[in-house]
Order: sequence, then structure tokens, then C-alpha cells
Amino acid sequence: MQELINRAKELLADGTVARVLGWKAGDLPFNPEPAYFEKEEDFADFVYDGFCGANLSKYMIEASKLEGKTLVCLKPCDTYSFRQLMKEHRVNREKAYIIGVGCRGKLDVNKIRDLGIKGIESVQGAEIEGSDTLTFQTLYGEKTCSYADAMLERCHVCKGKEHMIYDELIGESRETKDADRFAEVEKIEAMSPEERFAYFQKELSKCIRCNACRNVCPACSCRKCVFDSNKFDSAQKANVNSFEEKMFHIIRAFHVAGRCTDCGECSRVCPQGIPLHLFNRKFIKDIDELYGEYQAGADDEERGPLTSYTVDDAEPGIVAERG
Amino acid sequence: MQRIGVFVCHCGTNIAATVDVKKVVEMALAEPGVVHAEDYQYMCSEVGQEKIQNAIREKNLGGVVVCSCSPRMHETTFRNAAQKAGLNPYMVEIANIREHCSWIHKDVKEATEKAVILMRAAVAKVNLNTPLKAGESRVTKRALVIGGGIAGIQTALDIAEAGYPVDIVEKTPSIGGRMSQLDKTFPTLDCSSCILTPKMVDASAHPNITLYTYSEVEKVSGFVGDFTVDIRKKARSVDMSKCTGCGVCQEKCPSKKIPSEFNRGLSNRTAIYTPFAQAIPNVPVIDRENCIKFKTGKCGVCSKVCQAGAIDYNQKDEIITEKYGAIVVATGFDMIKLDKYDEYAYSQSKDVITSLELERIMNAAGPTSGHLERLSDGKAPKEIVFIQCVGSRCADDRGKSYCSKICCMYTAKHAMLIRDKYPDVNVTVFYIDVRTPGKNFDEFYRRAVEEYGVNYIKGQVGKVIPQPNGKLLVQGADLIDNKQILKEADMVVLAAAIEPNPDVRKIATMLTASIDTNNFLTEAHAKLRPVESPTAGIFLSGVCQGPKDIPETVSQAGAAAVKAIGLLAKDKLLTNPCTAHSDELLSNGCSQCAHVCPYGAITYEERQVNDHGIREVRRIAVVNDALCQGCGACTVTCPSGAMDLQGFSNRQIQAEVDAICL
Repeated sequence: MQELINRAKELLADGTVARVLGWKAGDLPFNPEPAYFEKEEDFADFVYDGFCGANLSKYMIEASKLEGKTLVCLKPCDTYSFRQLMKEHRVNREKAYIIGVGCRGKLDVNKIRDLGIKGIESVQGAEIEGSDTLTFQTLYGEKTCSYADAMLERCHVCKGKEHMIYDELIGESRETKDADRFAEVEKIEAMSPEERFAYFQKELSKCIRCNACRNVCPACSCRKCVFDSNKFDSAQKANVNSFEEKMFHIIRAFHVAGRCTDCGECSRVCPQGIPLHLFNRKFIKDIDELYGEYQAGADDEERGPLTSYTVDDAEPGIVAERG
Repeated sequence: MQRIGVFVCHCGTNIAATVDVKKVVEMALAEPGVVHAEDYQYMCSEVGQEKIQNAIREKNLGGVVVCSCSPRMHETTFRNAAQKAGLNPYMVEIANIREHCSWIHKDVKEATEKAVILMRAAVAKVNLNTPLKAGESRVTKRALVIGGGIAGIQTALDIAEAGYPVDIVEKTPSIGGRMSQLDKTFPTLDCSSCILTPKMVDASAHPNITLYTYSEVEKVSGFVGDFTVDIRKKARSVDMSKCTGCGVCQEKCPSKKIPSEFNRGLSNRTAIYTPFAQAIPNVPVIDRENCIKFKTGKCGVCSKVCQAGAIDYNQKDEIITEKYGAIVVATGFDMIKLDKYDEYAYSQSKDVITSLELERIMNAAGPTSGHLERLSDGKAPKEIVFIQCVGSRCADDRGKSYCSKICCMYTAKHAMLIRDKYPDVNVTVFYIDVRTPGKNFDEFYRRAVEEYGVNYIKGQVGKVIPQPNGKLLVQGADLIDNKQILKEADMVVLAAAIEPNPDVRKIATMLTASIDTNNFLTEAHAKLRPVESPTAGIFLSGVCQGPKDIPETVSQAGAAAVKAIGLLAKDKLLTNPCTAHSDELLSNGCSQCAHVCPYGAITYEERQVNDHGIREVRRIAVVNDALCQGCGACTVTCPSGAMDLQGFSNRQIQAEVDAICL
């Protein structure tokens, strides 16, 4: 982390960048938050550790409009989002100085809580070069758990340790994949339509429409979301039943289909713990099966299967066959 | 709220027998905004149109809903009628209560209920309609014909004769198509070459016709009146301007064992070849896959013997880009593959052949120089069995559900010709039905039976079993005598079904022309617009639209030409005002709409915007009205809803959905 801070200060000092986009310590040891650093003294609370899950790519949309370059710290998986945003002309590559930061998987405080570790006062081992064991000082004494057990779901299906785009790299990355990316989706696919409906009814009925998933999603980058626009009746219509509100998530999944890089931010930020990434991953699985494997953001040139056409594309009749 | 008039058509009994039209009128009057509603027997008739016009004038209508047939049928009729009464034509909406309702329902109560819902949706939409004005676009006075068979040649000649330049793109090295492979033609038995080759010569010599042989359509963009087409002229490896067509290269080429496509594989050709002696252009091509020079780098015999120095091994594919006002598809057909019909032993015996192979065998320029002989041992056959409907009129998915239409007649022709030339040969035809609707067709068939003694047996063949003695045991049924037949034959001829050229799918996709489940191109209207594709500016000629014989193909080719000429004769076309527009404050500039636009109508510009006080330069999608065809692909792709289609706005669609569902 010190190397990252030193380099960031250096680039600020020599005028290469006008500001640094990273993470600063939050009010609790496990909730650092995205922040801009513009002066040397700002770096006092700069942090980059296992809890820095936030994908900073989306902040570059606004940062692209600012004077001068912005140094942005991107983890390997964040770089997919950045490239996808480049493809959509939403970020300006010229305005970004990308430091590809090392990553060995990010932590999920909910998983730690599920392991019975509550009342956390401080954490050791979450550092970027830290140990495989996390040690917590809690209100109830010292507790430990393995780093891997506390990782975010998305890190168990890690896309790899390679950065898709960067100006320089700082720190080692490790691939943390140890699970099948589509196992959960397959489980849902195997359900009967009634079971499936009941499952999503149950999950989505937890939604409080805080819009956190939308606001964090790098694919949800519309200047004005259809759900906020007075141009459409969708923003004003009263709901006919309680589930209709949840159509929000289904429409959102359609809007990001083919563009979602599977960064997993939606599920990470959901205060209600809804596995929102499953919608997107279902689309990704379908796209892989119907159009060949595709990873959004792996490039910034290709049109992507849903916005290009080839004669070999699946015929609409495939819907009848697949159900 | 518009002042809306609703007009419910009976369409004779087409609608009125299934939909309670009076009830639809009654319900329409209860809809908000509807100030007038009436029904009439034929709304499209002059009297019907006058009713609409009178109501517009008398009731000062701002919007009209006609509950009638498909908008593809009479939308223009009603829009024109409304325009004459001073209403903007785009203030007229059609509720399709015929195709979408009365024709597909039986129960009057249910159908009426649905008709009311469709009426409500149209009323809800027309409430949000705005007057639109059509623009104009120019017509490029040049036609493209895809396919150089008899259909394509005839269409091209007719268009050229009318004074318009026309290009023929033919995939193979020569024009002529299937007809050039035929020996004689029914029902007059004139020689196919004798009537086709002069037309081929006419086409190649016509000042208005340009031939692109050994070429394929690579890319099509644009729209009616203004298509831009990339044609790939494949490398012929022979300089067309130098070649004299002397044929020495073909004589000397050492690679001689390549199955001849023209002779259906029954004889061999060389690597440098013209498909047949009368080929046009009479310039060979080098089949690079089989050429020793291209395979090993050694050889070059053709280059050495060519006096004209025409051989060019370094020739490259060339892309020609040309603009056209009209495109005619004439891609023709091929015989189906017979691998699913192995009970007829086609793959097991050389003496089981298809009718097209027999056509080559009977032809003086064919593999046996016109002698009827068994391909296995060269002996003259004494007993020939024809099997009809191999893969045609097929109930299962092995073959085609349709009748290939030409087989009954060509089989009668084959049978007659064989009996005429070889009276000692017995000919038996197994058939399901004999279908001879055509001028002088039935007479022709009866001659085969009555004068030439061809033995027709109603019944299908179950199996053909090659015998150790070289004969073929044919096991069939005689349905009239109700008995099994076992017959030893020397030769079996299969009337294999025809199917559209497999390339047609690719071409249809490029042209956005629709095709049916059998890959035949769909016509705009089966009865009233049989040579037009539903896609404006695309016309259909020959078997690509459905099975046809030569006389029918030639008539249709002429009809397609007339339609193309009718288009080319216009200087300007009215454009569809239902084009997309982007809302500059909502546009993300993300390019997704441009990616899905099939017409290349969307570009981007950096524009200064004032978004409620936020002034900044943004990347904004811009639609070129002249290119946009109003397909709506952009509107459904745009995640922010910035793209909207005039005449089919998101709000209008939503209003329709709400009217139907809520």
C-alpha cells in the first residue's frame, strides 16, 4: 500500500495527474469508501486493503469531465468495467492514469458476520500483502477466520489476475477462483417455473428500492435512468401489485445484458442481501451458450453479441426450445 | 385529446361473420375521445372511403381508427382517403380485426371481445399521434439481379430493354443456371440450349447489362431506391480482357480428375475450366483448391500454353461497390440431398440416378454424349423405373412438405424421350398423383401414356435393392390393383425434390427480405403482390419464391422486371416519416443504437447541451432521416430511452399495451 501511496503522491507532485481516485478509511475498520485525494495531506487516511471492494471505474465517468488526468486505482476485475465504459464512450481514456492494483480477493463483511464474528473493532491480515488468516479484535474478544472463507462470492469465481488495461501495475494479484461461475444459475434453471417465481418473489420482496445496485453498477451509466425520467410512464405509474415494483430489477437486468462484466457490485452493495448478480449471470450464461463465450469489457472494440448480427445468430425459435 | 372517429368494416362476411361489428361500434362510442363511430360493409370501397371523409369534415375529426384488415392491405388506402379530406395521413390508425381476429377465431363472443380490445389499443395510440410529413428520396436508376439463370437473365433483359442499366451477379463462372443443364424442355420438347443460349448471348451483348460472373453479393446497405451493394468478384486467375476462349489451357491442364459440377459429378473436369462449352463469358476460371500450381507452386502449364498471356496466378478478389435503385433476387434452386432416402439405394448403386443426372446423360454434350447407358457398366438399360415425389409432399421431416411442381412433367418428358429413342426399353413410373396443370401439359402427359406406352403405376416404391447380377430390385405398391410389385430394373431414376439455393438464406438476410420455413422468399402478398418482397425495392424472380417450371419462371421474371422498372422510372420516392430521433438530454452517446442500426443511419456528434443548467459538451446520437427506415431497433436497444420512433413512440406503444392489458 505504501508503494501505491508513494507513487500516487509522486504523480500528483509532478503534475501528471490532478487527483487520485482511491479509497479512504471509513468509520469502521471494514468499510473504506471511494475518495478523491488531491493534496499530499489527504493521503493520511488513504487505504487499500481486502475491504476495498468498490469498483472505481464508474467514478471515471464524472472524473473524465474534470480538468486534468485522474489517477484511478483499478483491480483486475474493475478493468473490465473500465474497458466496457470506454467502448460505450462514457469514460475518456486520455483523462485516466490507471494504476492496476494487486488483488488477492476482496472481503465480505456479511460472510464474516455469518461466521459469528461480530462487534469488530479492528482487523489484522486484511492488508494487501497480509496473511491467509484474518484476526479480529471484537467486543467479544479475539476471533479468527481464513481469508478465503471471508471472500466475496464474486472472488470465488474470479475472472483472473490480469488487468485488461493499465498504465502501470503495483502489487501482485492472485487468481482466487475456486467455484463454478454458473453453478447457482444452474440451480435456478433446474427449478420449475413455479418454484423459480416463488424464489425470486421471496428474494425481490426484500428490496427497499434504495437504488444502491443501480447507482453502483458501472453498466447503469445512463445520464438519466428510465426509472427517474419523467418522459416515461414507468417513473410515475402506481404499482398494481407489490411484485411490480420488483420489475425494476428485471428491467435493469435487461438493460445491462451483454454489457454487464459480472463485477458483482450489485450484490455487494445490496443492504438486503439480494443475490442480484444472478439475473445478470443468467444473461451471461445464455449469451455464452447462444452466441459463444463472451466477456464484456475484455476488449474495447467488439460490438458484443447483443448489438451485432451474424447469419449464424440463434433464431428466435430457440426460446421455444429452451423454455 | 383528439376528436376520434372509428370506422368498423364488415369486409363482407370476412369480419362480420365472426365479429359483432355493431357491438364494436357501440363500445367505440364509449371510449374517451371518440366522437363518431360507424360500420360499413366494405370500408375500402369508394362509398366506405366517402363515409370516412364526410365524418372527418362534418365532425372535425383529428384522428381516425379503421377497424379492418391488416395495415399491409389497406393502410395506404385509408391514409390517402383521410388526406383528401384534409386530415394528416399519419393521424389514421388501423386496428387489424381481420387477420388478427376474425380469421383466427370461431367464437363470436370471444372474437368480438378481442376486436373491441384491438379497437381500444388503436384509439389509445391515435390519441398520441402527431401529424407527420413524408420527405423525398432519390432513385438510383440501376438494377441489380442476383442470379444468372433463366429467371435472372430474363429479368435483366426486360429491365435493360426498358432502358435501365442492370447488373447480373452470378456465383458460378457462367450464366445459364439450371436450365443450361437441361436437355429438352416440356411441353414442346425443344432443346434447352437452343432456346437458352441465345438469351445468354443477348444478355452478355446488351449495352445496358453488365455481367459479374464468378461473383457474389457481399454486403447490402441502404433502402428502396438507394441500395449500396458490395460485389465480390472472385479471382478468376484469368484476365478476362486477354483470354480468347481458345480452350488450350483446359486441354493441357494436368489436373483432370475433378468432378464436374455442371455434369453433376458424372464426368470430370480440369482445374482450369469453363463449366460447359457454351459458357458465357467463355473465359475459364482456375479452381484454386484443385490447381497443382496453387497447391504445390509447381506446374504453370496453362500459363505456358496460353498464347494470349491471360493466365494471372496473382489475381486477387476484387470488391466492386455499386448503387442500385432496385434489387431482384433470382437465386434459383438445387435438388435436395438424398442421404435421408437411402431406401432408394442412391448411394449404393451408380444406376440409381436423379432426374437431373438423367438430364445430363440424355444430353448430347453430357458425360455419355447423349447415349442412354448404365453408369455402372455402360450397358444399355432395358427396364427403367422412375420414382416420383422423392422428398416432395413429404409428411415427415425427411423431405419437403411442398410439391416440387416440375417433376410430373419432366418425368413424362424423360419417359417419352426414352420410349421414342429406344422403343425396346420399358419405362415404368411410380407416382402419388400426376399433376399437369399448365397449357398443353395434360395432353403432353397423356401422349406419354397413350402414344408412347409408358407404364404409370399409382403407388410409392418402398425399397430399391441392388442385386448381385447388377440389376435393381424395385419393391413397390400398386394402389389401384391393390398389390405388391416386385420389378427388376436396369436403372432407377429419382425425381428428387427441389429446394431453394442454400445461399438464399444469406442473401435474404443481407436484403432483410423474409423467407418462409422452406427457405423460399416470401412475397409481399401471395395473390396481389407475388413478385415483390415485403421489403421495399426487393423483387422476386423464379424458383427462389416457390417451385416453378420454365414458362412460369420466365413470366414471373418479366413481372419482376416490370415492378423494378416501375420503381426505376420514378425520380423520387416519398420516404417514410416514421423515423427515429434521439433526445439530446437523454442520449448517453454509448453507440449501442448505431451498432444495431441496419441502415447506418446513426452517427454521433459532440454537442454543447444545456441540461437544466448543466452546460457541457456531450456525445449525442444523431439520426439521418434520409437513411432511417423506422425499423425501431435503436429504440429498443437504447437503455435510457433517448431514441424514439415517430409514429411508433414509446408512449404510443405503451398506451396500446395499457389499453390491451389494463
